[in-house]
Formats: sequence, C-alpha cells, structure tokens
Amino acid sequence: MISLSDYLILSAIIFCIGLVGIFVNRTNIITLLMCVELILVAVNTNFIAFSYFLGDEAGQIFVFFILTVAAAEVAIGLAILTSLFRNKGSINVDVTNSLKG
Amino acid sequence: MTFDQILFYVFSFWFIASSLAMIFSRNAAKAVLFLILAFFSAASIWILLEAEFLAIILILVYVGAVMVLFLFVIKMLNIDKSTLRAKFAGYLPLGLIVAAIIVAEMTLVLGANQFGLEVVATPVRHTADYSNITTLALQLYTEYVYPFELASVLLLIAIISAITLVHRNEVNRKTQNIAEQVKVQAKDRMRLVSITTPNEEQDND
Repeated sequence: MISLSDYLILSAIIFCIGLVGIFVNRTNIITLLMCVELILVAVNTNFIAFSYFLGDEAGQIFVFFILTVAAAEVAIGLAILTSLFRNKGSINVDVTNSLKG
Repeated sequence: MTFDQILFYVFSFWFIASSLAMIFSRNAAKAVLFLILAFFSAASIWILLEAEFLAIILILVYVGAVMVLFLFVIKMLNIDKSTLRAKFAGYLPLGLIVAAIIVAEMTLVLGANQFGLEVVATPVRHTADYSNITTLALQLYTEYVYPFELASVLLLIAIISAITLVHRNEVNRKTQNIAEQVKVQAKDRMRLVSITTPNEEQDND
C-alpha cells in the first residue's frame, strides 16, 4: 500500500521544483506566479494526505481556504502585472526598480 | 504491486515531469499548459486520497478559471522572450543546490521511519455511499462558518482591488464629487418661499 511518507515526499519534491522555478525564472513575473501556484498545490497535497491518514476533515477545510486565498492572490497579481505592463511597457522584474531598494 | 500503487506512481511521474517541464519551458504559454497537466495529476492524487470535492474544485477553479486567466494575460501582453532568459544559467546551479538540500532533508524527516505504514497505518477505504461533499459541508457550515464568511469578504476585496488596479482613468464617466457634497450648505439646496394663497388672505381680513 502507499504510505503517508510517499505522499509527503512527493509534495516535498514538487515544492522544491517550484522553488527552483523561482530561482531560475526570476525575471519573468508570470512564471514566478505559476511557481507559487505549484508550491501551493504541494502544500495542499500535504494537508490532504494528513487529512486522509489521520481521518480528520479539517485538513480539507484548510485546503478549501488556501484555494480561495490563492485565487484572490492570482487575480490581484495579474492585475498588478497588467498595470505594470501598461506603465513600463515590459514585465521584466529589472524594470521595476523605481523604489531603489 | 497493487493497483493503487501503480496509479500513484503514474500520477506522481506525470506530476513531477510536467512541473519540471513547466519551470524549464521557454514559452510562457507552454508553461501554463504544463501547469494544467500538473494540476490534473495533482487532482488525480487527491482523488486517491478520497478528497473528491477538492479535486473537482482544483480542476474547475484552477484549470477552468485561473489558468485561463494566465493564458489571457500572456496573450494580451507582448512578452519579449529574449530578455526573459537572460539570467537563466546564472541562478540554475544555486537553485539546484538549494532544492537538492531541501529534498534530502525532507526525505530524511518524512521517511518511512517517521511516517511509514508501521507508524501511520492506511485507513480503511470508505464505502460507496460515503459522500465527501456532505462531510465537508457539515464541517464548513457549522464549525467553520465564520472563516467561510471571511473568505467571501476576501474574494470581494480581491474583485474590487483587481478592478481598481486595471481601471483606466475616467472617460465620460459620471462620478461623485465628494468635496462638493461635504461642503454643501442648506441654503444652496433649499429655498424657502412664502406663499400666500388668496383664500387665506380673505380669511384674515
């Protein structure tokens, strides 16, 4: 049978793939957002695996709220991206340096 | 090897392979399509974990709405592909080192000694008349009803802020002038007129 550790290691691998994606694609905001989505799905898999193996539905409720917050985050992120492209003419991270941080 | 294990390894393979293809693809639209495949694999794994409602929600909301929104934005913006990959090679070794260390550590922590079948036994599968949606709804509308309302408020805020961010400046639009409304006086809006009717004048006389 599949043990809990198999699911947990799978989601750890997916989490790290998302992390590498953030390292690799750090100039492209769209791909950065997609990597964040990947990380969130890995975390949700963790929640659901624990919910199944411990017999507690609260983990699935948590995933429900994480999905809600992630949808809101994507909507606002893409809106910021659109207005950034309108103002700067590019979505490269390097052009957003007006705060001199 | 049981049928469950075969399914788990097939879905895991597609999950990992499509995620890798997503982060290394040069075209943003192709990356979105690979992410959709990854979400489908994740939904299949969630169904193996008896979370049917969330799996369907993942496909409906994520693939159906969020990914289509991504594709929409990618097609709407003109992205220069050459600048996006300028620093590709520079950060790849660092990222791979960090990811390898994290995977090694997590494998040690989450290995079979801590979370194996001997420690956490596989629960018995529910029967066919078990409804995942009913179980979730009973929890969601009783114990978690306040977070549920907060989530709806959060979505409302997201709608308003997204519209505000991308809204262009006013073109032939009827708007309120708040300053004019606040500083208005009663005499600007209301005029007292004394009207004397002829009948009353006769009565007074």
